[in-house]
Amino acid sequence: MHLTVETKVANIEVVTEFVNKRLEEMGCSRRAKAQIDIALDELFSNICHYAYGDKSGQATIRVEEVPEQNAVSITLEDDGIPFDPLAHNDPDISLGIHEREIGGLGIFIVKNTMNDVRYEYRDGLNVLTVTKTL
Amino acid sequence: MDVELTRDSGSLLATVSGRINTATAPDLESQLLSALGGTTDLTIDMKDVLYISSAGLRVILTVQKVMSRQGSFKLRNLRPEVFEVFEMTGFSQFITIE
Repeated sequence: MHLTVETKVANIEVVTEFVNKRLEEMGCSRRAKAQIDIALDELFSNICHYAYGDKSGQATIRVEEVPEQNAVSITLEDDGIPFDPLAHNDPDISLGIHEREIGGLGIFIVKNTMNDVRYEYRDGLNVLTVTKTL
Repeated sequence: MDVELTRDSGSLLATVSGRINTATAPDLESQLLSALGGTTDLTIDMKDVLYISSAGLRVILTVQKVMSRQGSFKLRNLRPEVFEVFEMTGFSQFITIE
């Protein structure tokens, strides 16, 4: 099952609905669903902001059940500028309010809540896949 | 996402529900910031917030910076999966959560 949408932040609602419907069919827990929804928001908004510079393009979201792991695998693809969001240092979460920077926090949350996160550039596509236990 | 504001002189209660994500965070930010004038005590009730992403954390950080100059600020009634995000990111160290 896949969905292709224009990379506009407002489309996060459509993307979330699409994925949540599949998660409900798979019997996903409330906690895992919230974590997956956050990961989707972080990853899709990254694509919207960076993949096509100031323009928009298309992104495809694929959802597949991984029954042998009782997990779901979600892939986001775009044909924009090659960019590995995982290739950055984690933010310093011990800093206080005045030193805090928000950059990198989204990917940090994704890495900390998903069982597996991987990026590859394949056939002209940025392909980011997360796997999460249902 | 919906925001309901209840004011009692300097106290402001913002009851937020739904998803705080990239699409909704700007609206949350503008609704909160435009209500902060004269507010010395701000509470955000998050009982019906389903999740908060980093876009929402950015709003909370902005609001905390404003309120640390003019009064007190706290979050209450966070669902476990929402509280977890505050803990994981270290935000629970400088945001009051009850």
